[in-house]
Amino acid sequence: MAKETPIYELNYEQALEELEKLVLELEGGERSLEDSMGIFERGQQLAERCTALLDQADLKVQQLTGKGDLEDFQI
Amino acid sequence: MSQLSLFQQPRASFSVSEINAYIRDLMESDSTLQELWVQGEISNLGRPASGHLYFTIKDAQASLRCVMWRSQAANLVYRPQNGDQVEVHGSISVYEAGGQYQLYADQIRPAGEGLLFQEYLRLKDKLEKEGLFAPERKRRIPARPGVIGIVTSLTGAALRDMLNTLQRRFPLVRVVLSPALVQGEAAPKEIKAAIERLNQYVQPDVILVGRGGGSIEDLWAFNDEGVARAVAASAAPVICGVGHETDFTIADFVADLRAPTPTAAAELATPDQAELRLDLEDLKNSLAQLMAERIQNLRWQLQTAAFELSRRSPVARLQSDRQRIDDLSRRAALALGNHARLQRIRLRGIAQQLEALNPQAVLNRGYALVTGPGGKLVKQVGDVSAGDMLRVRVSDGNIDAEVLP
Repeated sequence: MAKETPIYELNYEQALEELEKLVLELEGGERSLEDSMGIFERGQQLAERCTALLDQADLKVQQLTGKGDLEDFQI
Repeated sequence: MSQLSLFQQPRASFSVSEINAYIRDLMESDSTLQELWVQGEISNLGRPASGHLYFTIKDAQASLRCVMWRSQAANLVYRPQNGDQVEVHGSISVYEAGGQYQLYADQIRPAGEGLLFQEYLRLKDKLEKEGLFAPERKRRIPARPGVIGIVTSLTGAALRDMLNTLQRRFPLVRVVLSPALVQGEAAPKEIKAAIERLNQYVQPDVILVGRGGGSIEDLWAFNDEGVARAVAASAAPVICGVGHETDFTIADFVADLRAPTPTAAAELATPDQAELRLDLEDLKNSLAQLMAERIQNLRWQLQTAAFELSRRSPVARLQSDRQRIDDLSRRAALALGNHARLQRIRLRGIAQQLEALNPQAVLNRGYALVTGPGGKLVKQVGDVSAGDMLRVRVSDGNIDAEVLP
């Protein structure tokens, strides 16, 4: 399998995209059993990663100044 | 004779009913009278138990009686009062029983809105003709935005509503506020600049332009041509959520998506995390199910292969080879047997021939075979000389003899 990014470095979008790709790949059924096991395990981890990201997420709000700078905004 | 004769009429006289009905017909066939706005000040407002609304509108010189039936009066958002400057919409006809013409009203609005409304219609018409509202101009809102830009007032309830909604539905998103006054004279310019700044510095995936409910004047900034054009020119798709369900601003028409309220705009911009979690569960289940199917398939393949293997195993092969060898040997033996028999028959023939040629057989018949010195066969007298020792072979033995001198 190609070099994998460590799960904890993936953001939600990346993890979800890879997860969807892995499901398609498993559906294709053309990988060896060993590869498939690897895909399955990574897929499970990706799903966990997404859920964890949702659990931990806290809306990040910034304010754009007139000069184009970003400042944190307290809700 | 010029004197009018009471008994000499050019035609029959009308009854009052007839003439009132005639006038009513006349009025109702006039298109101007059938659909018009009339402006004036309300007076003599009456609200009888029937629910109908009776009033007069007047200006400095004249007055006009008006009636609004209960069905329409019940729908009025605005509650007219004596002394209000209003615009009344409806048709003019005759109340035959009273012999009075009056305005049958179906809408009443505070005066002044009319001008704004006309300006609104003019701009709407203009931008529509330019194609700014065309469905094919509408861009798709991304399903899971990474960055959402918000243009609204920092102090308004709209901002709080939108942020709460985003936090609840999709807290993964990054929000960039581009503040702008949303009412008052400076509002249009600020809203336009706020949209432009977002596109210039942030390039969000979607921009929410929002403002809470208010009077038509409060919302007027969103009917500004500059704002409308900034929405149309925005690189990021724009969701417009201004006022309440029933408020349609020009910015709403130009936006890629119109939301009835700021909260709804935030909802339309984001997926609900409850659904995302369900999707994740589905994906996880798909993985597990696909894996289970895969293993089941492999199990099947294995069984099939095992069956094939046993069918083609060396044991079976050996058995079959052995059978083949048996077969071949049988055939070889058969072939050899045949050959030997033939040979025996041939031999017997040759033996008989040889028998015929056997010298012994000749000897048996009484002939003798004479050999001279050195075993040389004596065929003629000249072959021998006196004193030679000869051997005479007869059927049962040899006789040695000497040639006499």
